[in-house]
Amino acid sequence: MSTRAALLVGLALLAVLALVPADLTGLGVPWPGLKRYGTYILTLWLVTAIAAMGVNLIVGYAGQETLAQAAFVGIGAYLTAIAGKYGVPFGVSFAASGLLTFVIGIVLGFPALRVQKHYLAFVTLAFSVLCWLVFRNETALTGGVMGIRDIERPVVFGLKLRRAVDFYWFVLAITAAMTVVLWWIVRSPWGRAFAALRENPLRAESLGVDVRLYTLLAFALGSAYGGMAGSLYAPLVEFIDPSPFALGPSLLFMLMVVIGGSGTFLGPFVGAGIAVLLPEWLRAWETWYLLIYAVLVMVMMAVFPGGIVGLLSRFKLPSPVFGGGVGVLRRRRGHEQRD
Amino acid sequence: MTARLEVRALSKAFGGVQAVREVSFDVHEGEILGVIGPNGSGKSTLFNCILGQLAPTRGTVAVDGREVTGLRPSQLNRLGVSRTFQLLQVFPRLTARENLILAGQEHRGSRLGRLFGPRDAGLGAEADRMLDFFRLGTLAHETAGNLSYGQQKLLDAAMAFMSGSRLVLLDEPAGGVNPTMLAGLRERLAAINREARATFVVIEHNMEFVMALCTRLIVLAEGRIIAEGTPVEVRADPAVIEAYLGH
Repeated sequence: MSTRAALLVGLALLAVLALVPADLTGLGVPWPGLKRYGTYILTLWLVTAIAAMGVNLIVGYAGQETLAQAAFVGIGAYLTAIAGKYGVPFGVSFAASGLLTFVIGIVLGFPALRVQKHYLAFVTLAFSVLCWLVFRNETALTGGVMGIRDIERPVVFGLKLRRAVDFYWFVLAITAAMTVVLWWIVRSPWGRAFAALRENPLRAESLGVDVRLYTLLAFALGSAYGGMAGSLYAPLVEFIDPSPFALGPSLLFMLMVVIGGSGTFLGPFVGAGIAVLLPEWLRAWETWYLLIYAVLVMVMMAVFPGGIVGLLSRFKLPSPVFGGGVGVLRRRRGHEQRD
Repeated sequence: MTARLEVRALSKAFGGVQAVREVSFDVHEGEILGVIGPNGSGKSTLFNCILGQLAPTRGTVAVDGREVTGLRPSQLNRLGVSRTFQLLQVFPRLTARENLILAGQEHRGSRLGRLFGPRDAGLGAEADRMLDFFRLGTLAHETAGNLSYGQQKLLDAAMAFMSGSRLVLLDEPAGGVNPTMLAGLRERLAAINREARATFVVIEHNMEFVMALCTRLIVLAEGRIIAEGTPVEVRADPAVIEAYLGH
């Protein structure tokens, strides 16, 4: 797939997403736009997708495990909320959230050099619980279970993003930038090295790939995406408490990536969309929602382990839309060439 | 002249089992040294100790006169030492071409430079040339997992040469490869040896392959070198016959 085609598809998607919440009836298009809540949900989807992209880098591309992404989102969210109380501008907190979670990601990556698979999952799980305890118990800093309220929205070029749609566009711009960055990384020789450590670390090492360094890099980059998502999450919801950063949501991030299509570029967006929208659609069923979700996951894993993006690619949709992954898609294309 | 590879009194014990005992040998530039011996004689362990996969209990390894004992495989590889493994080791979900680019990319420029540089790390042409050289040109964009066993074996060997390594250790390159393809592989290896003055150390069970390819052999039995010499000398050595035919 050419970079140009991907760029064009990306720009088209960006334009559509930018217009979705807007009222287009004035332009002769019968689309009244989204109300405040709809725009909020759409923004939440983008923020969730950023964090899921990070998980996808760690799990889908580099073949590691993490059950701590919600903790990283929490670190970014609390940092931004607390710094905001001291008048620190959003740009600074956002950068600091990325940097701090990048560094913590490196530290969390070290166990990955010694243990693999579910052992690694357990180490990250312990980290997740640790963070949650800090969020809940360090009341002086985090407000404990009472949380932190009245988190200020960022100010961009003198405009305070009070309106839901203004903040949405702001988040959309950041999501687009972060998507391009990740796209670049996974298609660069770094992406190839990540794939190598997923497929065969022993052989990768013998070919000069510094497996230790790339493992740490994958954790650092993926966790930083979590931290930056958290930094956007705090001003989005304007109130944070420890519950969205607990172990459950961390598991949910892993699920999103698997359902969307692990190791495919658009998988996290699809997975995050389902995770954010499904509770809204299934609201009438209330607690049944989790049951339905669980059944959906089990059926998915049994029938199409490549996730939704993997499934869609079977219908020979144009590869610029779904390409970029080194996973199932590449294999499909290989088959097609042989035919 | 400094030997390309110098192994001195290398020993490796796993608990009470002495897998490799006091093994010493030199390999000179342009040589193809065969390492043969019955199953369990310590050949692969010897390789793994030389290449940093395992830490030797005692002894030293030097490449071009520089001691490299204890370096990690990736560091050793960046010093120009490549290897293949006994069992097939390609990256099944990458294409053949991607496998080759991966095999060379860590030798090109700086790591940060590679992030901002071209996708193929400037190795596309080299990868295509290598594919053609190993007669895999038509399979460049096939995922490696879809290739036949023999083709994967060729790709595996080709990967060892992408970094321009001039010392390559091949662990059973002929295992499971059909006779036609085997002749092709042997001829390709001999050509690289001739043209690039590449030095090989080859572990192999296929005697015909070893005798035709190697200029010198060492024979291991129970972790010790029991014979050394040209293929003809080794074949006639009573100790070797004894080791192979049993007691």
